[in-house]
Amino acid sequence: MTPGLADSSQHRWLLTLLMLVIVALSLVPSLRLLMESLGGLGQGSESPLWRVLQAESTWRALWRSLYTSGLGMLIALVLGSLFAFVITLTDIRGKAWLVFCFMLPMMIPPQVTALSWLQLFGPASPLLKSIGMAPPLGSPQPLYSAEGIALLLGIQSAPLVFLALRTSLLSLPRELVEAARISGARQAQVWRQIILPVTRGGLIAGAAMAFISSLGNFGIPAMLGIPVGYYVLPTLIYQRMASFGTGVLAEMASLSLLIGMLALAGVALQQAWMKRSRFGLMGHSGRAHDFSLGRWRGGVTALLVTLLLVILVAPLVALVVSSLVPAVGVPLTWETVTLNAYHEVIGRQGATWRAVRNSLWLAGCAALVLMLCSLPLAYRLQRLPPRWQSLALSAIELPYALPGVVLAVACILLFVRPIPVIDVALYGTLGLIFVAYLMRFLVVCLKPVAAGLAQLDPSLEEAAQLAGAGPWRRLGGIVLPLLAPALFAGGLLVFLLAVNELTVSALLWSAGNETLGVLIFNLDEGGESVLAAAVSVLVVLMVATLMLCLSLLAPRLPKGVVPWQG
Amino acid sequence: MAGLTIDSVTKCFGEHPAVEALSLDIAPGEFVALLGPSGCGKTTMLRMLAGFESLSEGEIRLGGRILASREHHVAPERRNMAMVFQSYALWPNMSVADNVGYPLKLRRLAGETYRRRVAQALSLVGLSPYAERSPQELSGGQRQRVALARCLVTDPDVVLLDEPLANLDRHLRASMEQSFREFHRRTQATLVYVTHDQSEAMALADRIAVMREGRLVQWATPETLYRQPRTAWVASFIGQGSLLNVAAGRPDQRLEEAMLMRGLASAPAERTQPVLVRPEHVTVLSDALSPQALCGRVESVTFRGERYELYLRLESGEALLAYHHAALDEGRQVALILREGWCLEPET
Repeated sequence: MTPGLADSSQHRWLLTLLMLVIVALSLVPSLRLLMESLGGLGQGSESPLWRVLQAESTWRALWRSLYTSGLGMLIALVLGSLFAFVITLTDIRGKAWLVFCFMLPMMIPPQVTALSWLQLFGPASPLLKSIGMAPPLGSPQPLYSAEGIALLLGIQSAPLVFLALRTSLLSLPRELVEAARISGARQAQVWRQIILPVTRGGLIAGAAMAFISSLGNFGIPAMLGIPVGYYVLPTLIYQRMASFGTGVLAEMASLSLLIGMLALAGVALQQAWMKRSRFGLMGHSGRAHDFSLGRWRGGVTALLVTLLLVILVAPLVALVVSSLVPAVGVPLTWETVTLNAYHEVIGRQGATWRAVRNSLWLAGCAALVLMLCSLPLAYRLQRLPPRWQSLALSAIELPYALPGVVLAVACILLFVRPIPVIDVALYGTLGLIFVAYLMRFLVVCLKPVAAGLAQLDPSLEEAAQLAGAGPWRRLGGIVLPLLAPALFAGGLLVFLLAVNELTVSALLWSAGNETLGVLIFNLDEGGESVLAAAVSVLVVLMVATLMLCLSLLAPRLPKGVVPWQG
Repeated sequence: MAGLTIDSVTKCFGEHPAVEALSLDIAPGEFVALLGPSGCGKTTMLRMLAGFESLSEGEIRLGGRILASREHHVAPERRNMAMVFQSYALWPNMSVADNVGYPLKLRRLAGETYRRRVAQALSLVGLSPYAERSPQELSGGQRQRVALARCLVTDPDVVLLDEPLANLDRHLRASMEQSFREFHRRTQATLVYVTHDQSEAMALADRIAVMREGRLVQWATPETLYRQPRTAWVASFIGQGSLLNVAAGRPDQRLEEAMLMRGLASAPAERTQPVLVRPEHVTVLSDALSPQALCGRVESVTFRGERYELYLRLESGEALLAYHHAALDEGRQVALILREGWCLEPET
């Protein structure tokens, strides 16, 4: 055997091993969950799954989950498709700004969204107090309701509908519209008879995505529902775990299985529609079809800007106002304005600072480790036969597609006892959250790298091979530099998501191991909404900065990596 | 039937003029080709005719009606035109029959009339058995015929065709050219056909507008373009031929053999008039040297099936292309008679 061949087979084995380990690790949580909830079936009506299915609270929470997510989906559908159609199809001005502002709510963590809206309404709202419009004390907070939850879920997931629809609108060839117009169709007819049917798949896929994301959302129903005892499935699990600890784990596993199945059914529906909507369109696409708004332009622009003011600017202003007052309920004036809350967050070395440090550390390490794994993993995956490749990708995607609560329960099940053989106890440490983040966000980092790799001309590597470069040399010297921007973008996205993560860590944190997401949630629960607002303002600033960094990277990235740039 | 008038139309994208002061008078029922290399503005002109682009200057009229000017713009859907796109532009959400019938639906036709006209249009392009298929199940040539049927169905005043054969292979092109001719004969509609392929334009059009860098270079029948090109650029764009300099004639004049041969024999300094000599007008005398013949050397030979192409070098150093019935050895000396030439305008 020649040295070259031996070399390449050793590199193949190493990469294959890495891939198998990662795929197995991605599947372990779901399998463990399945085992736990189906394992007790032998006990008949005493089995945990049976007990959960018989409990009235399960069905009530399920119905509430479906109601809030369904209503949220409708709101997302209206908002998302309005913005997608107007921004993509018409000659409205300031498109880039409108897109960035509309996408921002998706990247702001749900608990911050919830907090900012709470600061906007209700008798204690510092903003309403400052402008003298606060309702009398004792009047109810309108957001503490199913419809309040649905509204925020809708606003948070509207960008998903927007993105799915915008993608399919941009891939609609210009000629299809022009052919209809020269056949005699007016703008409204073109829209109804050509554009809507052809892009229907994208619309439905976006709606399904909004529904799944709302179903798994924890931050919003937790902040708006728990105070009034309105529980949806994720918050029901959280509340049970918080009150009864690991004793109810088997039942919680069964509940998680229920949400997991719902979410996966949604994913299957969405993928089926995506496939159906792929018409194999031909022609010049990627350019907006400039429908002229004519004299309506001013009005339509005003409508979109007003909507953005209401769904984005007003809550953020309320949040900033709340962070600048000395205490809850004090109106903001030139005399009362203070930066005390910020001093408290940054200056004092208390729990607040510890949570910030924990989150930065967790997110940074997760991003780094996942960046290191992603390139070899994507490289090996690309060389698999297509069927195996899509199976492996589905396995890796599973921990991200499942609602965070489900993954958290599975992680507790996996690590509640010390890991056998090496005898390391992860439960109750930051390590548990770290492992959960690695599982959850691997696909976020992998996707841009895989997309970049798929675009890479194979002849670049073949030329290096002919020039005498071995496999590791090629990976490091040719593939890595070309994919560096995609890899970096993947890492940045992981950091952005992990640093604000709440759903997984809400169940996995322990004293001393809080994260930033948990901190905001706990501060608000403990009545410290001024501090919570200050932390949230800092979080929003960080999110906007990271988004801007990604935007600057965008020209060097494969299409679709930066979610808010089509 | 109404004639189409393009009156000194200019279209600027930013500072750059894509079409500049273009004027054409197109007779009712005429088949016209806009011909030029890519980037010459022909597609922009077509899109202005359709109404997808506005005009910067000038006017487009159909019959007496103004379709577009600086102030005035009739929307595409109100122009009663039809268009065949390079990518066919069939709506993937509709069957073949629905695609063809869509313009009728927009004109509020329904019931028996609707069905009859769709069936008629489909049978004209030979696609009746495919009526209920989805466009994705058809081949490229079949898709293009669906697009044609869609144009046929409403009796449009003008049919616009944007490089309709560019995505098809060679064999299909020949049969589609035949379809276009039949389409024109049957509908008697005014056809405007954009292409960069001169042989396509020559084979189909009644008149051709040759465009270069946004301007009209020549507007004439295919025969005139071939025999009497205005400039050296048109001559090189259409058909084959050689440019020589002679001391005879003036622009737009045909030179007979005697004048041409005399003009070529003059001193180099006096030979200032460029002349086009088509290869079929060159006679190669392999043996008998006649006194007035030119001398040339064979540089290379290409076999084209029905004939050989000889690339020759004259004693003056000029290159000359000739057709011949037999192959000749490279490097061989031959005697040449040039039977006619066409005097060109000097390039500006």
